Amino acid sequence: MVYELSDVTCRYQDVTALRGLSLSIEAGSRVALVGANGSGKSTLLRLLDGLLFPDAGLVRYRGTPLTEAAFAPDGFAYSFRRQVGLVFQDADAQLFNPTVFDEVAFGPLQLGWGRDELHARVGETMEKLRVAHLRDRVPQRLSTGEKKRVALASVLVLDPDVLLLDEPAAGLDPRSESEVIDLLVGWAGGAKTVVTATHDLGALEDIADRCCVLNDGRLVADAAPAVILADLPLLQRANLVHAHRHTHPGRQHSHPHLHGHEHARDGA
Amino acid sequence: MDRAREAERRAGTRGLLQQLDPRVKLAGVLALVAAVALARNLATLAFLLLLAVVAASASRLPLRLLVTRLWLGTLAFTGIIALPALFTTPGQEWFTLPGAGLIVTVQGATSAAYLLLRVLGAATLAFLLVFTTPWTHVLKALRTFRVPAVAVVVLGMTWRYILVLLQAAHAMFDARRSRTVGPLPGPVRRRTTAAAAGVLLERSMRLSQDVFLAMQSRGFRGEVHVADQFRMRPRDWAALGAFAVLATLCVWMGRQ
Repeated sequence: MVYELSDVTCRYQDVTALRGLSLSIEAGSRVALVGANGSGKSTLLRLLDGLLFPDAGLVRYRGTPLTEAAFAPDGFAYSFRRQVGLVFQDADAQLFNPTVFDEVAFGPLQLGWGRDELHARVGETMEKLRVAHLRDRVPQRLSTGEKKRVALASVLVLDPDVLLLDEPAAGLDPRSESEVIDLLVGWAGGAKTVVTATHDLGALEDIADRCCVLNDGRLVADAAPAVILADLPLLQRANLVHAHRHTHPGRQHSHPHLHGHEHARDGA
Repeated sequence: MDRAREAERRAGTRGLLQQLDPRVKLAGVLALVAAVALARNLATLAFLLLLAVVAASASRLPLRLLVTRLWLGTLAFTGIIALPALFTTPGQEWFTLPGAGLIVTVQGATSAAYLLLRVLGAATLAFLLVFTTPWTHVLKALRTFRVPAVAVVVLGMTWRYILVLLQAAHAMFDARRSRTVGPLPGPVRRRTTAAAAGVLLERSMRLSQDVFLAMQSRGFRGEVHVADQFRMRPRDWAALGAFAVLATLCVWMGRQ
């Protein structure tokens, strides 16, 4: 088991973001954390990355409790950072280096990689993410899609065993969104543990084989994506679907639906 | 932001200084600025300013750019300080301002000229460094001169935050303008500006917290490691020698 969370409660920025959450994540699984804004997804990812620690309950990573004391010695801290990577929702938060090369090389440099390995892996990752031509550009002056790619490259260069993604396709145009999703789905041949926080139900079945629905900091469902997507009352309770008006040739109607999915032509 | 982009664009052109190793430029500029500070005669100060102008020209920085971006502002601010010295410094009368009856002394004019030439010379040399070197290379060069990593990181992140906050401020003011017809009364304008400043501060605090978490997430434990890619070539050694000779010569010339 990669992660085991038992009865975790966590406050973040003066809000109780998680309330009594228990969850296990197996190695090699692809888990989607689904929930509306403010449901606790981002806080959960920060807990899984050892950036925040619970106020109550326990988070274990491969059997080791993630606590401030556990991160005090360099040995565990570097080993954990080498194994777990988090891509933040706001790419601006993740891009703090002067050039794209420095940004992608930041993690490997902190972890003490040798010069040759560093240059080879950074170059290879930038090629894969199609950001090699941006090598000497200032990251914060890139377009949203380019920033996202650089942010992904800065984490994927470490080739982590566990990849934590916070809304990886947020703010991207449709083409960039599908490219990013294809890239993440195919990363390392699908052999890694990938936990993705999203409220985009359209790509759910592509990015995950298991779906955890969060609502107001609580885990309200944990099942296969197809099962979750078929449970309309659950999705409505979790504020993931809504009813709104559609115009069809000749008439107008309203019903709940999932964006990105076809709905019956005669409506519900 | 436009000026920052322009500086970066000019730093990428193929001029004299742009082709030098950033460490050489940093060391050379610092040595010449020290010569400016130590010079005790106007001829040396004028020579150093002329040298900076020639170097700017050889680095494809037009004189107009120097005048509009640097000298006008520098003269305005330094002029305010230097102006009273023209009339208040006791000494030999040079001329009387027609109409005002104020007497300009030779000693007053000399001390004002010293101040202006010192400030213009030092500012022009610093301008050369900034406009011919990408900011990232300046930061890396600082690290090679043993400036503490924390100071360099703080400098880099300060620059990064300034750009992010400028973008955010720009978006906020655009949003406000799109909902405003005609000029706002003074008190309303001051209130909205204060509110915008508060929001920007709150945003910057949140962003800085996230940036720190993102650094930690990728292994940051307080010490910064920089990928140093600088390499000294023969022309860099030659330039370093030239800077050393010029700085020494100017310090020697400027003794009296």
